[in-house]
Amino acid sequence: MATTPMESSAAPAVQDAPGGRSRRDVSTAPLVAPSVILLFLWMIVPLAMTLWFSFQYYNLLDPTSGGFAGIENYTYLLTDPSLWTAMGNTLLLVFWVLVITVGLGTLLAVLFDQPFYGRSVARLLAIAPFFVMPTVSALIWKNMLMHPVNGLFAFFARLLGLPPVDFFGSFPLASIVVIVAWQWLPFALLILLTAIQSLDNEQKEAARMDGAGPVSMFFFIILPHLGRAISVVIMIETIFLLSVFAEIYVTTSGGPGLASTNLAFLIYLRALREYDIGGASAGGVIAVVLANIVAVFLVRSIARNIAD
Amino acid sequence: MNPGIRERLVLTAVGWIAAGLIFFPVFWMVLTSFKTEVEAVQTPPSLFFTPTLENYAAVRERADYVHFATNSVVISLGATLLALVVAVPAAYAMAFFPGKRTKDLLLWMLSTKMMPAVGVLIPVYLLFRDFGAIDSRWGLIVVYTLMNLPIVIWMLYTFFKEVPKDILEAGRMDGARPRQEVWLLLMPLSLPGIASTALLSIILCWNEAFWSLNLTTSAAAPLTTFIASFSAPEGLFWAKLSAASTVAIAPILVFGWMSQRQLVRGLTFGAVK
Repeated sequence: MATTPMESSAAPAVQDAPGGRSRRDVSTAPLVAPSVILLFLWMIVPLAMTLWFSFQYYNLLDPTSGGFAGIENYTYLLTDPSLWTAMGNTLLLVFWVLVITVGLGTLLAVLFDQPFYGRSVARLLAIAPFFVMPTVSALIWKNMLMHPVNGLFAFFARLLGLPPVDFFGSFPLASIVVIVAWQWLPFALLILLTAIQSLDNEQKEAARMDGAGPVSMFFFIILPHLGRAISVVIMIETIFLLSVFAEIYVTTSGGPGLASTNLAFLIYLRALREYDIGGASAGGVIAVVLANIVAVFLVRSIARNIAD
Repeated sequence: MNPGIRERLVLTAVGWIAAGLIFFPVFWMVLTSFKTEVEAVQTPPSLFFTPTLENYAAVRERADYVHFATNSVVISLGATLLALVVAVPAAYAMAFFPGKRTKDLLLWMLSTKMMPAVGVLIPVYLLFRDFGAIDSRWGLIVVYTLMNLPIVIWMLYTFFKEVPKDILEAGRMDGARPRQEVWLLLMPLSLPGIASTALLSIILCWNEAFWSLNLTTSAAAPLTTFIASFSAPEGLFWAKLSAASTVAIAPILVFGWMSQRQLVRGLTFGAVK
């Protein structure tokens, strides 16, 4: 199956390539084409449709709706305060999750780079949340930890004589930040730890010989070395965090009001709850533009690495 | 006490406390799954209780749980297999016969991953509706295949590049045909890489919760959607939810632990090794 395209390739002809190495004339086009065509369709067709719908009057419940809307969907959306609330929430969510995961992740990576007893088991425990499906982690936090009556946090609050907090009622966005940060902290930890471990031991040894303490070691040797890994973590997380959905869907449904509605959830509400395809598509275009601003930097950073 | 030992003990304490705090919610869920429903919501929370397996029995008896779990397995394995079938030839071609545009092609493939899912939700939803793919296993398999294809190609590409070219060339000299070269030389040599690529793909499919929540309701709904249905207030059976969740995450957690090293490479597109 996987190799049938190759059989159609030209008969193996061993050639002398420059450098004396033998190479075969394999026509690579039939091998690469399926992937390229599939990805091209996957990227272009839906994106073109989103763009098209965003300029149309189109409501699934209203068969009379239709026709060219010009930029009306955009002007409607851009003058709608809920877009700006959702946009603000999206950026706040991305920003705080990044701060928490990169900050704590760096500290934890340094910690787990030190030799201690049972380190490899402790590391397995620490990366576990990344493999928990988002709906499960949201429900653990919602029901068992943050529940205002039966949750563990409420129990601790009562133990300290404090009133229990209704996390999702009083601090909806912050609660979601905590859940999402918990899920992505292991990702940052795993990647930063791998980066630290690739640091040359001789360099660390030399710095130690020169009398560098742990603090200056961290700031002058480890942190500069981590620069690129941190930027990769930031960019990849940003792409995923812009589309946080399941955690909101399961916990607050975007509320109270719009307090925890991000762009992804707003588009979902518009499209699948209000059936306003045109308006939701305009929102989708905005989300794509937002992601691409980040993506340009990510692709550039990775491009440098495959130059080998 | 020797200062080196003391430092090590302090680090051990700090390291285990940090790991314990991060792991705690998962631990608490697993613990709750062995409680009765009454104990599960008790305050103060019961730490010492007679563990019961009744929740697991209840979960197993519910035919629908098996149905959702089967969906998860079929969809994850189907999408992973499909992605590998499409990706292996492409990665082989790009790793061993790179052309001038190979690098650009790889970057372009990567850039398709930058599209936020929500930006294309509406057209995909409408296309699914028109093709009758809503709430179908094959529909989700197609979406997951396409979603993971860039990552799968990238990971295979970086693993294939590490296979010594001389071995393949020696095989070629001995008259191996292209198909034999891939099946008898490249695949066995890069088996660990292919395995961890497959594992990452399975993990990502298994845990995916944007498309599954939006494109499935019941017939093809995987575990992510099933668990989400517990978020409704009438579905509050914490102990049973915990048991169902524990079973849902256990295999993936094991897969993740097994492949943690190679995951980094896959998740960062080879930028961090």
